[in-house]
Amino acid sequence: MAFTLYSLIQTAILCTNAIAVLHEERFLSKIGWAADQGIGGFGDEPGVKAQLLNLIRSVRTVMRVPLIIVNSVCIVLLLLFG
Amino acid sequence: MDFSAHSGFRQPPKMRMRTTSTDSTEPSPLFEDTSAGPGAAGYGRGQDKGPAGYPAQTLLSDPMSNLAMAYGSSLASQGKEMVDKNLDRFIPISKLKYYFAVDTIYVGKKLGLLVFPYMHENWEVSYQQDTPVAPRFDINAPDLYIPVMGFITYVLVAGLALGTQNRFTPESLGMQASSALVWLIIEVLATLLSLYLITVNTDLTTIDLVAFSGYKYVGMIVGVVAGLLFGRTGYYLSLLWCCVSIFVFMIRTLRLKILSEAAAEGVLVRGAKNQLRMYLTMSIAAAQPIFMYWLTFHLVR
Repeated sequence: MAFTLYSLIQTAILCTNAIAVLHEERFLSKIGWAADQGIGGFGDEPGVKAQLLNLIRSVRTVMRVPLIIVNSVCIVLLLLFG
Repeated sequence: MDFSAHSGFRQPPKMRMRTTSTDSTEPSPLFEDTSAGPGAAGYGRGQDKGPAGYPAQTLLSDPMSNLAMAYGSSLASQGKEMVDKNLDRFIPISKLKYYFAVDTIYVGKKLGLLVFPYMHENWEVSYQQDTPVAPRFDINAPDLYIPVMGFITYVLVAGLALGTQNRFTPESLGMQASSALVWLIIEVLATLLSLYLITVNTDLTTIDLVAFSGYKYVGMIVGVVAGLLFGRTGYYLSLLWCCVSIFVFMIRTLRLKILSEAAAEGVLVRGAKNQLRMYLTMSIAAAQPIFMYWLTFHLVR
């Protein structure tokens, strides 16, 4: 399988975009994956589901602005160079 | 390849800086005046007999160019300091040096351990006042030398294998290298993600994971070389042996790092948490033979 580093970057951008478009109210609450529903007890370690929800929420918060920039750059480059 | 390039290319800038700084502070040894005997060295005197000396002497005796050279060299050393400081923030160079502190005996023993891990008894990493001991003194410590060298050798052996089948082009060498690198990055990211999700309290750093994932290149090289020498049966037999060895090696090494202390000693500890950790160790170890086969089967026909 011929992988290049460029395809890895493309995959990373696509995956981050996919996580960033998951809307909190419209979608995640409907399937019970809202960020405040995963917290279990306090003293115990959070389970896998809580960690996953935490990860989704933090990716959305942190990567929102950088993704705008990276996507714009990608669009411009693809328009110019095909 | 990235790590060797980064730790290797620090040397030339240092040497360049040293020579130019000695130039600016002591120009006389390099540009001594051989035309006249007495009173030949030094800048100030060169000013007096500017037209009489060599053209190089007149160029350097000019105070402006002297100033310019001193300023340029100080600027260059400042730039180098800034680059070093910023580079150290992104790539921990001092931590990397620990992983390359190996010697020949360690490499030999580790290679033997990678293909035959069945006789080794004590798999614990020894510590020295809270810091892990350098790989030179402890065979269980992970290092980056073998993975880096293994990666480069794998790319070369892949080129050799392609060449014997008349399928070689220089681009295919680059493709092999970048494919293997991409798979390595994917594997390390997947391992990091699963370690985060299962909330394992471990002291495995990212570089440790890169080191452990890079140990499979040794088995891949053995398999491909055996395939070149003895055909497909040789390839399959040696790959099978190396896959099983890497599986056992990874399980025995990761067991001590990921599982809790009680479970690592062989006592059966119940509970969902330990079960998850055991599954994680098994899947990391099982991913190694899969990658080994995936990255080499197209090289041996």
